Order: sequence, then C-alpha cells, then structure tokens
Amino acid sequence: MTDPAPPPVFAPWADDGAVPLINLSGLTKRYGDVTAVNQVDLQIYEREFFSLLGPSGCGKTTIMRMLAGFEEPTGGTMTLGGQDLAGVPPNKRPVNMMFQSYALFPHLSVADNIAFGLRREGMPKSDIEGRVAEMLRLVQLTKLAKRKPHQISGGQRQRVALARSLAKAPKLLLLDEPLGALDKKLRTQTQFELMDIQENTGTTFVIVTHDQEEAMTVSSRVAVMDEGRIVQVATPAEIYEYPGSRYVAEFIGDVNLIEAKAGTTTDGDLTLHAADGAVITVQSAVPVPAGTDCALSIRPEKVAISRDRPDLDNALPGKIMDIAYLGNVTTYHVEIAGGQILKAMVANAAQRSEQAFTWYDPVWLGWNAARGVVLTR
Amino acid sequence: MRRLIVIGFPYLWLALFFLVPFLTVLRLALSDADIAIPPYTPRWDEPGWAGLREVIAGWDFENFVWLTGDDLYYRAYLSSLRIALVSTVLTLLVAYPIAWSMAKARPAWRPTLLMLVILPFWTSFLIRVYAWIGILSNEGLLNQTLMAMGLISEPLLILNTDRAVYIGIVYTYLPFAVLPIYANLERMDPSLLEAACDLGCSRIAAFWRVVIPLSRPGIIAAAFLVFIPVVGEFIIPSILGGSDTLMIGRVLWDEFFANRDWPVASAVAIILLFLLIIPIVLFQRQAQRQREAEG
Repeated sequence: MTDPAPPPVFAPWADDGAVPLINLSGLTKRYGDVTAVNQVDLQIYEREFFSLLGPSGCGKTTIMRMLAGFEEPTGGTMTLGGQDLAGVPPNKRPVNMMFQSYALFPHLSVADNIAFGLRREGMPKSDIEGRVAEMLRLVQLTKLAKRKPHQISGGQRQRVALARSLAKAPKLLLLDEPLGALDKKLRTQTQFELMDIQENTGTTFVIVTHDQEEAMTVSSRVAVMDEGRIVQVATPAEIYEYPGSRYVAEFIGDVNLIEAKAGTTTDGDLTLHAADGAVITVQSAVPVPAGTDCALSIRPEKVAISRDRPDLDNALPGKIMDIAYLGNVTTYHVEIAGGQILKAMVANAAQRSEQAFTWYDPVWLGWNAARGVVLTR
Repeated sequence: MRRLIVIGFPYLWLALFFLVPFLTVLRLALSDADIAIPPYTPRWDEPGWAGLREVIAGWDFENFVWLTGDDLYYRAYLSSLRIALVSTVLTLLVAYPIAWSMAKARPAWRPTLLMLVILPFWTSFLIRVYAWIGILSNEGLLNQTLMAMGLISEPLLILNTDRAVYIGIVYTYLPFAVLPIYANLERMDPSLLEAACDLGCSRIAAFWRVVIPLSRPGIIAAAFLVFIPVVGEFIIPSILGGSDTLMIGRVLWDEFFANRDWPVASAVAIILLFLLIIPIVLFQRQAQRQREAEG
C-alpha cells in the first residue's frame, strides 16, 4: 500500500493563466458623504473559500450586498464569470446568499424553504423533490423536513439556510456572518462542516466575518479590510506570518509591535534601533532604506523566555509584570527597558506548579532574526 | 390575596360594564312594550322576592318571534353584514399600502407618520363625518373640482347613497386597519424580502409569496377591528346614507327613539350581539393559534 498522492496545491491566484470568477475593479460605494467601499480591486477564483474580514463598518458587508445585487455600486465594475453585473437584479444573478439572520420563511416548512428557489426557477416537481432530498441529506436534516423554522434549533436553522442557498447550485455563494449566531462550540464544529460542504459542492464561497479565527480556519484566502479599503489579500498563513501592515498584524491574532528606526542592512539582516536604545536584527526580504520609521512585529509564541541570556539573534532583558494562564498556554507580560510590555507565550507542556517563572522575576526574551517581520506601514 | 385582587379587577370591570348592561338589555328584550314611564312591562314595582318572581313570570320571547315575522329586520341584518363586508375589504385595500409605506419609511420618520394616522381622532368623529357632506354633495368640493377639470359634465350623485356610506366608513375606520397591519409589517425582518428576491422572485412576486402570507395575522386583526363595529354602525349611514340605506343600527335607533318600543329595540340589539359573537370567537381563535405558532 502506498499513500495516495497528495492533492495538488490549490492556488489559482498564483497562476498567471487562471481567469478569476469574480473581478472587482475600482469598486466604490458612497452613502451621501460616507464612503463605505473605496476603490476596491479584487479577484476571486472558482472553488475558492474567500473571506472578507474586518471590524464592523469596514465595508465588507456592502461589498457582499453589491455582489448579491441589493446595492448598486457608485463607481467601478463587477464581473462574474465575465458577465458585467451592473444593473442585473438579484433574482437574475447566478448568486445566492445566506443571510446573517438566516431569513428563513417562517410560514414554510424546512423542505418548502429549500424548495422555494427551485420552484421560482420552474423546475419540474419531481426534480424539485429529488433536489430537496439531496440538500437535506447534505446538511443532515432529512428527519426535520416537515418542521417549521421555529420548531428547530439555531444550529439546525443555520443548516437549513445553507441548504436553501445552495439548492439552486449558484456559481457563487455569499455568506454573511454565517456562524455569528451560534455558540462557540457549535461554531467550531460548523466551520468544518462548512468547509466539507464547500469542497463537496465545489461552489465558490465568499464569507463576510469579523471573527479572525473563523476566517483563518475556513478560508483559502483572506482579504483584510479597513475603512472601505482592502489592506491585504493573502492566505491565512501568509496573513498571520507576514502581515503587510501594523493594522493587519494587530487585527489578526496577538502581536508585539516594537516601534523603531531602520538602520543598515547586511546579507538580508536589517538592524533596527528601537526608541529605548535596543538594537534588534530582523530578516527582511525587501530593502528598507536606513532611517525609515518602522515597526518590528513578533508573535508572542515566537518569543522565548529564559532566566539566562539566550543564544539567539535578539535578546532583551526584562521583568515579568503579569502572567495570563489560559490552561493550554501561559502568556508572560514582560516589561523591557523603556517600559514597553512584550508578550511571550509558552505552551504548558508541564503542570502549572512546575512552572519556572513567577511575578517580578528578571528574565530574558529572545528570538531569531527570521522570526520577526519589519513593517513600514 | 394580592393575586386575587389583580385577577379579580378585570373580571369585576367586565361584570360591571358588560354583564350588568347586557342583563339589563336582555331583561328589556324579554319584556313587553307599554305606554308608561319607563315604557315597558313588567316593571319591578314591588320590592323584594315576590316582586322579582312577578317580573320573571311576565317574561316571554314574544319580541324575538315578532322580529322573525317582519322581513325588515332580516333584510337590515343582511344588509348590515354586506355593507360591513364590502367596506372591510375596501378599508384593507386602502390601509395596506399606507401601512407598508409607513413600515418602509426611515425609522426616524415612523413615529411622526404614526401620529398622522391617529391625528384625525383628535377631532370629533361627528364633525368629520359631517365634513364629508361638504365634500360629497352635488355642489360639494369633489364634484366642483371634477367639473372644473372637465372630467364630468354632470355632478356625480354620491351623497345619500351607499357609495357615500362606504367612503365614510373607509375614512373613519382606516386607522383601525392601518395600525395592526403596520405593527405586523414593521416587525418583519427585511432580509426575508431580500431572501425571496435572492432566490429568484421579482419584487412583486416576493411581496405576494412572502410579505402577504406573513402579514396575515395583521390583516385578520385589521379586518375584525373594522368589520365588528361597522355592522352596528349608526352615525355614518344616517348622515351620509340615503333613505334606502338599510342598516341595523338605524333600525335599532328607530325602534328605540321613534317607536319608543324599548323591548323590540333590545331584542334587535341582542340578536346583533349574537351575530357579532361568531366573528369575535373566530378572531380570538385565530389570535390564539397565532400565539401558539409563535411558541
């Protein structure tokens, strides 16, 4: 027995020949004086699970509503599979949406809710039955077909909404905070279901969320948005490991940012001079001119904490000010010279009573040059 | 004890202001007309049990039998139900678009619009109905305007016909229909309409398939709030209607004040009450089912 060949890497965005399913170019939406979406350029490819991530009011929902046809753009163009979407009403787009409130029709049963779109399409009755049964199987709700939406749980309603929006086999499925109304445990489980369903149906998903963990888990790529603009589009790992700006670094996960001035670069290693005089070395693929204001971004789990000076590229002495014990990990808040607090996260492989550090212990923080990222924006 | 008072109070209220008047009217209906003050017999002249026994002994169903003998009453009931039914449908047709546009207005505007719907209540109902005479009569505002515009050469005969009655009823009862429908539409999740469009409905189809079915409780509440009082309506038909506009409210008035036949008038009122109990019970059951469905 040999292991099956690993699946080919799914990365159409890296392929110059690939034609995007959705192409947004200069997309803008203004409400009076407020610009909700500002000059957005974005390509989304077939079979992608794409996330629009950002805080509330960043314009992510507006982009989604423009794709669905509920809002008309003020400027720019949107194409779906080469077709210009301008002026096409929602009922004429090969796009379906799963609403944040689910928007299930309370007067119709689960099966009738799923069949709603198919009936509007004029599909023959026997085909509708087959398709509804297939959708019910997909979301494992066959037994509840006759129930009304108020007679099932929140998690089940979420699945009905998903089945209803997938029933017409849209080219593009839009999901507005699909898991927002579920509790945390159910949410984690549903995330994986959602990924399975996306993979099985091969539908392109665009999801809107403010939950970075959710975006990281499910997406092929994430677009981080801020004030109507897209600030970075990349895979979850890239976004986390190589954030493009201070905003992205802080929005995704926990981070230490050390403000500094760029010094000289030798062999790709950049020397940074922090405000308190500390000298930090960081690998930088892009050259940063000396004297540029920049920030070093280093994730807490990449910072080692030790009693003695570590043999790493960077080492800073400090004092433990706070300990956040989270069970699986412990985060130490360490004050370094100049008063800045840096976080160092340690996995709790041993029991807590055996932990080495306590409050006000003098410690060293260390990391190698490759672990940090220099941010100029 | 406190619980008892809290529960007891509405019952006491009902007993005082519904049961006692009802029993008084029922007693009158069972009595006979008499030329006297008050104009019926038997009167409870002799105090005590003996007097009461004498009164009860004098009761009979003669008045109800009398009502079946003259087809005036039968026709009046039927005509009242017909007028109530037609005007309920008309009122709903006018009220629904108003309620819809109110529910779709910007939230900041809604209290003002609501206020405007209720505003006519601030003027006496009687004066407002009288004002319609000035609008609907042959020399009235409506006819003058239409003739000035050249749309008609002869004035339209509206006043003192059933048409004027319908106009008056629709106008008067409009707020009773607008409010429950508005309350229902305003609560409706706007994404339901979007979901229907998203799944392939045009806006009109979405309205028929989703909004109308979901606003059914509001429509039913509005229908009953208009239908029940209109059946017994007296003022509008007597001010705006013609001599041939037959409604039970007018018959009742005539029996009571023109004929001074209190017992027959009471019998007419009792039968009207029973006629209205049927839609009221239906309404209650619908409301009950609605509550159960919403769980």
